[in-house]
Amino acid sequence: MSDKLSPIRQPASPADNAALTRQVAGLIVAALNLDVAPEQIDPDQPLYGEGLGLDSIDILEIALVVSKEYGVQLRADSEENVRIFSSLRKLVDYIITHRTK
Amino acid sequence: MLAYRGGEPISAAQFLADVHRLAPLLGAGRHVLNACADRYHFLVGFAACLASGKVNLLPPTHTPEVLRQLRRFAPDAICLTDDPQGAPPLPCVPFPRNIAPLLPVMNVPQLETDRLAAYVFTSGSTGTPVAHPKTWGRLVDCVSQEVVQLGLDANVAATLVATVPPQHMYGFESSVLLPLVGGMVLCAERPFYPADIAAVLASVPRPRVLVSTPVHLRALLAASISLPSLRLIVCSTAPLPQQLATEVEERFEAQLLEIYGSTETGQIAVRRPTTTAEWRLWSGVHLEARGSETWAQNGHIEQPTRLCDVLELTGEGRFLLHGRVADLVNIAGKRSSLAYLNHQLNSIAGVQDGAFFHVEDTRSSHTGVTRLAACVVAPQLDAARLLAALRERIDPVFLPRPLLFVARLPRNSTGKLPQEALRSLAAGKSKPARAG
Repeated sequence: MSDKLSPIRQPASPADNAALTRQVAGLIVAALNLDVAPEQIDPDQPLYGEGLGLDSIDILEIALVVSKEYGVQLRADSEENVRIFSSLRKLVDYIITHRTK
Repeated sequence: MLAYRGGEPISAAQFLADVHRLAPLLGAGRHVLNACADRYHFLVGFAACLASGKVNLLPPTHTPEVLRQLRRFAPDAICLTDDPQGAPPLPCVPFPRNIAPLLPVMNVPQLETDRLAAYVFTSGSTGTPVAHPKTWGRLVDCVSQEVVQLGLDANVAATLVATVPPQHMYGFESSVLLPLVGGMVLCAERPFYPADIAAVLASVPRPRVLVSTPVHLRALLAASISLPSLRLIVCSTAPLPQQLATEVEERFEAQLLEIYGSTETGQIAVRRPTTTAEWRLWSGVHLEARGSETWAQNGHIEQPTRLCDVLELTGEGRFLLHGRVADLVNIAGKRSSLAYLNHQLNSIAGVQDGAFFHVEDTRSSHTGVTRLAACVVAPQLDAARLLAALRERIDPVFLPRPLLFVARLPRNSTGKLPQEALRSLAAGKSKPARAG
């Protein structure tokens, strides 16, 4: 297999990462009709409960938006799921490694 | 066989052994908050309570305020949980981790029909939850009717996968009692994401029944995911638009039946929304129009109950549903009333006046859930502190979005607060600037 066809994704550059973080924050704010600007979301704040104050219906909505936008199907049957939604940064990390579009 | 977990069967003999082992661990008190998330654990807890003369407590939510009221209602209450870290602050009995040894002789407990099996709670309008007793015989009567009305053949043991929690009245009846009474096999899992629902369905044999809600069915459609073949889809908790019902039947090639009920009455009617708007009542249940109200009684219903919906009786045992009484709130299957939520909001120190109201939502949401908004006069509080105080008192699904701080509420000359005036006030408030 040549290098060109390698299925392993190259690590994203910090600039790409920041752009994706802004984009995902924008998707969350729009999908959930939140009263905050996307750039106001602290990337390390929890998304669930206390932090941004989201609940399981919101998490489902985000999961659907993320699957449409990036082709990532989320699953709840692992410890991983708690980590994915522990912060915007963790969600973006997950999208980077699992996106199919 | 009685249940599946992770695709692995659990036998009826194992179930009896698990019940026998758990019952003495529940202590001497009479009330058990059955908080098990795993549906099989919940069923074992429920049966262990019945077998030892205890009552299951099924509150709609576990906020600190509701738990305080629950302790007042039943000071001896303990909590049975399979998540000791996340358990509410009550004396806790963790669900045993290891498998109970099988019993030498299978002894199925015999239960009197008037045995008190559970208390379910509605929020009431004055801040105090109302407890509704459910007796074993009437629960069985209700669910036996459901078996008939859903056209489920007791000789063909269908496997039942549910996306709803076992503690919610609909989930309690249709995902715990229905398999128990109707000879079906229940799945311990409660799949959440569309991919999870597909995976759990694929892990069990046909025929399969999916017990779900409009929120999850919308999510399944939006996820463009394919499901294993289904015998039947059951839906409840909120009205299902006919268009959505048609899409669900076409995509998943299964009949979709919708159930109507309430915490007070249990389930009382069924319809297939793709063929008729008319609901068919459980046989034995009687509806009566009293002025603009509709009351349900007889059959499995414990006592005559005013329904919280506007109904039109169209014939013997048939009716149409014309929406909810204005004060009532139903968000993703959780029910409350504006009066109750307003009472909680105005009980917070620093809140001078405040009101919840319904808003139009024009966004294209995948789950189709619209939240409430609230206006509040609270000059000493900020949004974070007020929301934290509300979170102590009400289920997070009812937290206002948006929460607007105003100088005063648009009360009319009689002190009343028209919903329309609140909506105009909200529309006039500009939203924070948004980037991107």
